[in-house]
Amino acid sequence: MKKSRVLNELKAEFPSLSENEALARLLVSGFISQLNPMVDELSDVKTAVSEAVTNCIVHAYRNTVGKVRMLVRIYDGSEVYIRITDTGCGIENLDKAMEPLFTSSPDEDRAGLGFTVMESFMDTLSVRSALGKGTTVTMRKKLRSRVQKDYNAG
Amino acid sequence: MTTRILFDEKNRCLVMLEGEIDHHNASQIRMKVDLAIDTHCPAELYLDFSGVSFMDSSGIGLVMGRYRILREYGAKLFVTNCKGSIRKVMQLSGMSRLAEFVDGNFEGQFERTNKEGVKNEEVQSVK
Ligand SMILES: Nc1ncnc2c1ncn2[C@@H]1O[C@H](COP(=O)(O)OP(=O)(O)O)[C@@H](O)[C@H]1O
Ligand SMILES: [Mg+2]
Repeated sequence: MKKSRVLNELKAEFPSLSENEALARLLVSGFISQLNPMVDELSDVKTAVSEAVTNCIVHAYRNTVGKVRMLVRIYDGSEVYIRITDTGCGIENLDKAMEPLFTSSPDEDRAGLGFTVMESFMDTLSVRSALGKGTTVTMRKKLRSRVQKDYNAG
Repeated sequence: MTTRILFDEKNRCLVMLEGEIDHHNASQIRMKVDLAIDTHCPAELYLDFSGVSFMDSSGIGLVMGRYRILREYGAKLFVTNCKGSIRKVMQLSGMSRLAEFVDGNFEGQFERTNKEGVKNEEVQSVK
């Protein structure tokens, strides 16, 4: 497979406060708007980011505040790459965690559908996690952008 | 974020949700809706999404949680006016097997019934 070029990149880091769920959505939608995305594509990406960031806040740093890192890249061919990382508690059983409707906190009105949303709204989802070390969620989505934008260096 | 709650004389309760429903906002909405349920024990609860601009799976958790409360005492849940991306998220949840999904101007309906029936302000101020 041909390696595609990184055209633009955004890095953000913020504490795991629930106020920052909206901030993360705002950042990602502002950043990818340069690709001229369709309305439905934009809300797909925003929803997936909201899920990943919420999981850091609700699960990874339960009862504590830690750092959430977000990396967004735009690749050649209108491809959006998103990586969300926490250094929280990690996930013991990833297969089980990713099952639709599974949640470790049913008493808090969690639906257990965060991973399901990320999986169905993005083209690819991969999750790496180590107990006690943290979790990294990586997602990609190719947009059906209307016009290919010119990116000029400098 | 505002959440208007209307009642009518048939003991139905309509919640006009507004803005973005994420984990951060959901707890406040939940408190308001649960207070209305506790206070009035409506026979039917309508959650209206026409004013909702964004929702993630926290919104589904909100709906599922209210469904469980209502089911306990035999009340019925209606989910109304889910459009676009809200509908897409809702469809992933299988909620359509638990609640009835309907579209229409329920706000107008409730306001109309209320002219002859109960006044919203009065009902809302009941503790
Ligand atoms: N970043 C994370 N750190 C630790 N645990 C996580 C993380 N993300 C998800 N999980 C675990 O995976 C489960 C499923 O996540 P999800 O599908 O988003 O459902 P929900 O958030 O509603 O519980 C969570 O209940 C939690 O136990
Ligand atoms: Mg989640």
